Amino acid sequence: MRALVLGGLLAAVFVAAAAVSFVWTPGDVTAVDIANRLQPPGGSYPLGTDHFGRDLVSMVMVGARVSIAVALVAVGIGMGLGVPLGLAAAATRGSWLDEVIMRGNDLVFAFPALLIAILITAVFGPSALNAIIAIGIFNVPVFARVTRGAALSLWTREFILAARVAGKGRIRISVEHILPNVANLLIVQGTIQFSLGILAEAGLSYVGLGAQPPTPSWGRMLAEAQTMISFAPHLALVPGLSIVLMVLGLNLMGDGLRDLLDPRVRKARA
Amino acid sequence: MVRHILSATVLAALLAGGAWAKTDITLGMQLEPPHLDPTSAAAAAIDEVVYANVYEGLTRFTSDGSVVPGLAESWEIADDGLSYTFKLRRGVLYHDGATFGADDVKFSLDRARVEDSTNAQKALFAAIDSVNVIDDATVEITLTKPNGALLFNLAWGDAIIIDESDASALETTPVGTGPFKFSNWVQGDRVELVKNPDYWGDPVALDKATFKFISDPTAAFAAMMAGDVDAFPVFPAPENLAQFEADPRFTVLVGSTEGETILSTNNKAGPFVDVRVRKAVAHAIDRQAIIDGAMFGYGTPIGSHFAPHNPAYVDLTANSTYDPELSKKLLTEAGYADGFTTTLKLPPPSYARRGGEIIAAQLRAVGIQTEISNLEWAQWLEEVFRGKDFGLTIVSHTEPMDIGIYARPDYYFQYDDAVVQAMISGLDAITDPDDRTEVLQALQERISENYVNGYLFQLAKTGVANAKIQGLWQNSPTQANDLTGVSWAE
Repeated sequence: MRALVLGGLLAAVFVAAAAVSFVWTPGDVTAVDIANRLQPPGGSYPLGTDHFGRDLVSMVMVGARVSIAVALVAVGIGMGLGVPLGLAAAATRGSWLDEVIMRGNDLVFAFPALLIAILITAVFGPSALNAIIAIGIFNVPVFARVTRGAALSLWTREFILAARVAGKGRIRISVEHILPNVANLLIVQGTIQFSLGILAEAGLSYVGLGAQPPTPSWGRMLAEAQTMISFAPHLALVPGLSIVLMVLGLNLMGDGLRDLLDPRVRKARA
Repeated sequence: MVRHILSATVLAALLAGGAWAKTDITLGMQLEPPHLDPTSAAAAAIDEVVYANVYEGLTRFTSDGSVVPGLAESWEIADDGLSYTFKLRRGVLYHDGATFGADDVKFSLDRARVEDSTNAQKALFAAIDSVNVIDDATVEITLTKPNGALLFNLAWGDAIIIDESDASALETTPVGTGPFKFSNWVQGDRVELVKNPDYWGDPVALDKATFKFISDPTAAFAAMMAGDVDAFPVFPAPENLAQFEADPRFTVLVGSTEGETILSTNNKAGPFVDVRVRKAVAHAIDRQAIIDGAMFGYGTPIGSHFAPHNPAYVDLTANSTYDPELSKKLLTEAGYADGFTTTLKLPPPSYARRGGEIIAAQLRAVGIQTEISNLEWAQWLEEVFRGKDFGLTIVSHTEPMDIGIYARPDYYFQYDDAVVQAMISGLDAITDPDDRTEVLQALQERISENYVNGYLFQLAKTGVANAKIQGLWQNSPTQANDLTGVSWAE
């Protein structure tokens, strides 16, 4: 419970910062002000300025927005495609459809996610949109598996049997009875995938394949800070710590949610 | 007891060794050459390894950019300027033992000139009509029209002299006449050269030279600091130079290069067809902010496509002062009161990536929106240089005296101006230095006033070296790391 609150608070800080950045940031993240470059943290720049004189607080805020947007949409893609696939596979257990879906999942799962993401962005050009698609595709098998696994055990339960006896079709049962009962698991998994999405976005933009300049992104901020780390360490520390805290917060939140929602864990506790 | 004596001997040997000067050097370079044949590719990294070290031409550049005799001892120019007679050095051997002679000069220059030649700078040889062997140590070059730049052209790395029997394998096993012999190439890591004991000229001080390829600026910094690399003639991260300067172990060499760094503008694309729009772009740019922000202060502002250290240079930066108000006015006149959107495609060097972000911000201030895309070199060459699919890009033109590109309408920025074309074709025929200067200055003005490209700054050569190394080139009059004069102080 403590993990949930702490993690939730950490994540909420960044989500709030990202939300505020839509209407207000302390400085302009696209304006270049060479006279004020590489200011150390403090004074009118609480986190200092980068090599173009841009305010780091503002950049972290907008960077959070990019990270969250990419991760959120990627999780959305993963859930939107993965959950129906998982439900369908479970509902037709052992059939050719189940086989096709699950072997297809295995295929996608077999590739290292970041490698394929690099491939996609290399072929279609680097942009935030392509990063979203690349990360999203790799969320599909994760959600499909989680959904199928949980749904399979539900299909043997008495209340599902009752529904079948009552004459409900497989699709209706999946939507009306299975889905609500796997939702808890999906929320937990979604939180974890969300944090992985943040990391993946940072990784892609670090190698230059994420959001393109002038849009700030945490990964690119880190990459650009590299050569200046010896005389302006705040340039690397600020985005680096942002990524750490955001991912830590989401993972703590995921753990907390699991404790709260997952019936198996709950039972073990009791 | 024996062990004590032994260790004492080793210690003494070490101490004695320390007093002697080192005779090997490791140089860092950011880019690895694709191969080692300067006669068949434009990549600067090839010349940076082999120029003056492995290969030599009839003439050569010195560190101040002047042209001095190389394999030609002396030459005579006919009064009509149409024939050059070169007296060749005798007793020059190739690294494989073959003897250098007039036949090789004829072979090398003819090979560069033929129709299907892969030479990257064929224009250098365009004025040559024929190469005739007079005797074994004399060669006559006749021209179709006088060319005041012939001796300069023959000093380029693209005009080196090779032996016919080696020509096909130069890419992997370079054989030249230079003071260093090729010894080993570990792909992706380093090229090693060793001293040529049979060199015709003054023997070099170094026994061994290693060129190590380190593309990542952070790794380059670490390699210098750890002493793995003795010198980085073009250090990729100008932001680190202050630290090297403060460290007594290192010297920082800041010199000039032939690199005019420009905001290349596609003169045939969209709004840029209108000279008022190009002028508006020029006035929207704050050069000093770019030099400070992207190069940490290293670089000289330029107002045309010409190197400031050249005697014929005119300072034309006043044609494009930073004046956003004027820029907006010009855009309104041209019918773009609300601005427009264009592409800004950036190759990997930090001058382009960082400069691009600054320029994008400056253009945005006058209403011009840019879509930035960061490209790798291969993509940039494909899309921008060959494909001409771009609005704006930033690149440094590092060839010496390359104003001739403005006479080529098919060149990637697609500037088509009959006046400039006439001036440049006339230039070759002018041998009198004062007349040449006059035309060169008129050219600079014409290009500057037509705002062909956005002229940003002359790239500085920012090198870092161990403080004990002497004789490295401070300036970069051509793409080279000439090691003939390099030695370690004792």
